[in-house]
Amino acid sequence: MTAPAGLREIAPAIWELPVGFRPGMRVPVRVFGTEKLVGDFDDQVFLQAANVATLPGIVGASLCMPDAHWGYGFPIGGVAAVDPEKGVISPGGIGFDINCGMRLVRTDLCWRDVRPRLRELVERLAARVPAGVGTRGFVRVNRREFHEVMREGAAWAVRRGMGTLEDLEHTESRGCFEGADPDCVSDHAIERGMPQIGTLGSGNHYLEIQVLHDEHVYDRALAQAFGLSLPEQVVVMFHCGSRGFGHQVATDYVQQFLRDMPVKFGISVVDRELACAPFASAEGRAYFAAMSCAANMSFANRQVILHRVREVFSDVFGRDPEALGIHTVYDVAHNTARLEHIPTESGERTLLVHRKGATRALPPGHPELPEVYRATGQPVIIGGSMETGSHLLVGAPGSLASYYSSAHGSGRTMSRHRARKLVHGRDLQRRMEERGILVRAASARGLAEEAGFAYKDVDAVAEAVERAGLSRRVAHLLPVGNVKG
Amino acid sequence: MSEAPYAFVDAVTSDLRFVARGATLEALFGAAAEALLAATLEDPRSVAPRVEETLRLEEPALDLLLLRFLNELVYLRDARGLLLRPRELAVREAEGSARLDAVLAGEPIERSRHELTSDVKAATPHGLRVERTAEGWEASVTLDV
Repeated sequence: MTAPAGLREIAPAIWELPVGFRPGMRVPVRVFGTEKLVGDFDDQVFLQAANVATLPGIVGASLCMPDAHWGYGFPIGGVAAVDPEKGVISPGGIGFDINCGMRLVRTDLCWRDVRPRLRELVERLAARVPAGVGTRGFVRVNRREFHEVMREGAAWAVRRGMGTLEDLEHTESRGCFEGADPDCVSDHAIERGMPQIGTLGSGNHYLEIQVLHDEHVYDRALAQAFGLSLPEQVVVMFHCGSRGFGHQVATDYVQQFLRDMPVKFGISVVDRELACAPFASAEGRAYFAAMSCAANMSFANRQVILHRVREVFSDVFGRDPEALGIHTVYDVAHNTARLEHIPTESGERTLLVHRKGATRALPPGHPELPEVYRATGQPVIIGGSMETGSHLLVGAPGSLASYYSSAHGSGRTMSRHRARKLVHGRDLQRRMEERGILVRAASARGLAEEAGFAYKDVDAVAEAVERAGLSRRVAHLLPVGNVKG
Repeated sequence: MSEAPYAFVDAVTSDLRFVARGATLEALFGAAAEALLAATLEDPRSVAPRVEETLRLEEPALDLLLLRFLNELVYLRDARGLLLRPRELAVREAEGSARLDAVLAGEPIERSRHELTSDVKAATPHGLRVERTAEGWEASVTLDV
């Protein structure tokens, strides 16, 4: 496509569409990305970002990360900060998969240790981490325990012996959003969520074994600070979320807000997927509390999956996880809204920051960083397609321009429907294996939908966030084994 | 058995959109339920009518009723493991209200017979449309997968 008239580059890799591009915009749209990436955006990304700019209480600008693509309501890769007193909260600005996120785990193993056992590792991970549609998790909880999960997040799993205090320290918000209230969650959501703790899910969710080759280290000192200093070091990365629990929380409140908006709140929106409620209203607060429950379930889900990964590695190598050096580097959330303290020209403000397909990217010295990363900045994980690998970056001071946000992935460029028409899952699996990537997929059709050609160039996305000053590249991680939901 | 009157169309990059048609509102809702099944599993014909569930819903408008209906089917699949389609359906529209009464028939997921393909997370209001046409009714629905 051609970028819309009026889009201009206001700083390196930062573009602006002024108020007036669409009727009703309260703030401009600001897009982060290189000319090539921004030029290749779907037309819909600009329209959707402009729609977001019409939301009551939006502050500064409606933002788009370089991996942005056509979503529903907000574009995926959309970020919006809202005044919590005058503004709204919108489930469409968070997404259905609440706290879908990414965890990077390092090991002290090198590729030469793992290579002879790769097939066994991938087979065992595929067998022991349930993936695909309709799978039940390996952690059984009753309703009382599920309430604890909703309130405590990853700490619940650690309390049950499935993780370490260090894992919590290395998880965004220590794996727990404050303000979670199970009373704001429906029975439908609880019934969907209870059996799904310890499941990867499907779609673009995966668990990958990756290798860091020496030539793919961009910043050796930072890589070392993140525990990545061995030759051809093996790491594990996985991407999953709050599963049906979060989907139902979002569904419940989208439907409620659609009913309430015109009658109770007198709000009209340009796209009904932007259904919202004033954050200060009882309904808005209830969604925030329920969304926090889903975020916490997701943190717990990734924590128990890490526990399972540790068990599998321990079984295969006959050594305990500590001896294998299996440590969480960091766990980031993608789809959330949080109250955050943001410095502005008029002093620090508390803003409700919606991120839909975007990660936090705290710069060095930020007070919310764990001590171990205070000097480096926050590890930022950009997950690529299963064919191209992923990037590890670090939050940079320029991320203040994006309310401390960065890209979250490579971003789709092709619909699932079309990808499926272009390749058969089993052919793709064979071709990937020929190239040294062993894949186990729950569904051949699901695998075809995730083919590398359906995504943007992840290297270009990582380069763009660096050029825009949001994050700096640390390392590029290449997949060797993939368990696909 | 004739083909269900729905078609998947290229739209939202990360999701699935279908257009469903029906001569009556009941046929339209039935076609949309069939499209949801087709998004969920490889062969919707593999779902046999072995169990029944009843459903009664009310929303302020027809499009919101269709959304709610599809999301109830998503819930029943995800929470209860049931693949269902309507066996009997009545949809009524009045001033400021739309109601649905349904008897759903289907069966629990059996992985040996049901090849599941997409984990439909929800039917979304993005681009949601229900409208009268010369032939009856048409709806456009976006599924988050």
